[in-house]
Amino acid sequence: MEEMELVYKRPESLTPAHTHYCPGCTHGIIHRLIAEVLDELGVRERTIGIAPVGCSVLAYYYFNVDMAEAAHGRAPAMATGLKRVSPDKVVFTYQGDGDLAAIGTAEIIQAASRGELFTTIFVNNAVYGMTGGQMAPTTLPGQRTTSSPAGREVETAGWPIKVAELIAVLPGTAYVTRQAVLDIPTIRRAKKAIKLAFQTQLAGLGFSMVEIISTCPTNWHMDPKEALEWAKEHMLAYYPLGDTKVSDGVRALM
Amino acid sequence: MAKELIEGNVAIAEAAIRAGLEAFYGYPITPQTEILEHLSWRMPQEGRVFLQAESEIASINMVYGAACAGVRVMTSSSSPGISLMQEGFSYIACSEVPAVVINVMRGGPGLGNVQPSQGDYFQAVKMAGHGDFHMIALAPASVQEAIDLVVLAFDLADRYRTIAMVVADGAIGQMMEPAELPPMRPVRRPEERPTWALTGAKGRKPNIITSLYLSAETLERVNLALQAKLRRIAAQETRWKEYRTEDAELLLVAFGTVGRICQTVVREARALGMRVGLLRPITLWPFPSTRLAALASRGRGILVVEMNAGQMVEDVRLAVEGCCPVQSYGRMGGVIPLPDEILPELKNM
Ligand SMILES: Cc1ncc(C[n+]2csc(CCOP(=O)(O)OP(=O)(O)O)c2C)c(N)n1
Ligand code: SF4
Repeated sequence: MEEMELVYKRPESLTPAHTHYCPGCTHGIIHRLIAEVLDELGVRERTIGIAPVGCSVLAYYYFNVDMAEAAHGRAPAMATGLKRVSPDKVVFTYQGDGDLAAIGTAEIIQAASRGELFTTIFVNNAVYGMTGGQMAPTTLPGQRTTSSPAGREVETAGWPIKVAELIAVLPGTAYVTRQAVLDIPTIRRAKKAIKLAFQTQLAGLGFSMVEIISTCPTNWHMDPKEALEWAKEHMLAYYPLGDTKVSDGVRALM
Repeated sequence: MAKELIEGNVAIAEAAIRAGLEAFYGYPITPQTEILEHLSWRMPQEGRVFLQAESEIASINMVYGAACAGVRVMTSSSSPGISLMQEGFSYIACSEVPAVVINVMRGGPGLGNVQPSQGDYFQAVKMAGHGDFHMIALAPASVQEAIDLVVLAFDLADRYRTIAMVVADGAIGQMMEPAELPPMRPVRRPEERPTWALTGAKGRKPNIITSLYLSAETLERVNLALQAKLRRIAAQETRWKEYRTEDAELLLVAFGTVGRICQTVVREARALGMRVGLLRPITLWPFPSTRLAALASRGRGILVVEMNAGQMVEDVRLAVEGCCPVQSYGRMGGVIPLPDEILPELKNM
């Protein structure tokens, strides 16, 4: 038999568990990218993750690392408490837009501002996925959700928050970027950004965050492909991709 | 170590350091801010972690994070700040990680005032947060006892992987008294952190700390285990002090500062020939119900004195199950009940 080379396998930083995510949901892709990065950096055995409240609440079953489950929005406070007593560990939070940009706004801004040495992966899918598709702080103007049935009216509901831009102005941040996982090129760039964010943490340069434009086909009432197209057309128009903060130290890593 | 004159709040902070406190996260609020201020310079001096959080919500979740890492961790606050921590208490209780919380109670409800109060009794013993759980609640009546109970709180929190709260009224926090601090215990070395802690999955399966159990049967099993642990705590850790109860036909029940005042009342009443005794609960949860029931069965009545509208009196009534009359005398808003007003209440019984 011809010798075959194994070119693709499950990263060691993912468990073999089947995820509970809906078909076509991009949470799974993001999990895989993080796991590949942890493998490549050789830090799996000293990584501690904090899962949020949201669709990724069970992320601790999927990452093959030590993990805790935070209260809704409080992952950055938990990560702060944990990292301060475990400075040799690699700590990350994984948070949705309701978790990070609504109920947990104070915690993320303060942690970023203190320059906490952990990494936040922020999944922006423009809705509250877990509770059935209500309006999120990131829901686009005019976007219909179960709690904005006529479409988000900015006059009453306010404007969607641009988190990557908001966090970037804080002096404690070292690396802040907005990426997407909507096709092969964006996925490749997202992985590079996640890696740089973890390298920023390892080098002790300051707070690092990767916002990732994601899809929620179920609550957008679209098939997965349609959802990817909708995100490209509408979300990327409001949420431009790219780095919003690269400190000098981080630039030297690039 | 010799006795020194020391303020209650400073004593609490220093006792925590001596007990091996590795990290403190907190937010300023009167009348406990001296705890935070003292730790802000003493913790770095000892090479340990101090961080002023952005809120009490953040404080308790930082405590939760550090507790998951298996270190001795504490926060302190006063009544309104404790209300903000309740979600966190519930998560910590369900996840079974050890944490110590100090509540130097002030007058409420609302913003209330910064005078001493015992208005958070219900909160400490009955409604610490959502779901079925209790915290161990320890109530000191002197600066020395505050020191001793802080050390005990860390030991109990570790032993039972639970939250232990030291519930002090503002008078204890602000008072200066001679007291003796315990010897310094070093912080746990990294390799001494417990096996359940999040330390990185090196050469072992990942550790997971969660309070989420999606199936009803599983969550019920978790609850049953939690309840069994609480029963163990109640059986082994109930603490109280008695004064002149041997022949008492009237019993005073009071905790914290009021317990101390009632000791004076007992002396004054005895001088008048009344057979009065005092039971002072040290653990508010678990409550010394069994002992109270025994004392009640041979007495003529119980007077419960508190700096609130009458909260602990409900637990006293539950404990004695109607076998003698139970009356309540409470002052609110930061007013401290004095022997001169308590004695007539006793005489009327
Ligand atoms: C204190 C509190 N409030 C509300 C909830 C209910 N809740 C659970 S998940 C969620 C929204 C999560 O949305 P998001 O963070 O956008 O993540 P997604 O599910 O979209 O991945 C809400 C409101 C909760 N669990 N706790
Ligand atoms: S509800 Fe949306 S975000 Fe949640 S798993 Fe399904 S597709 Fe993903």
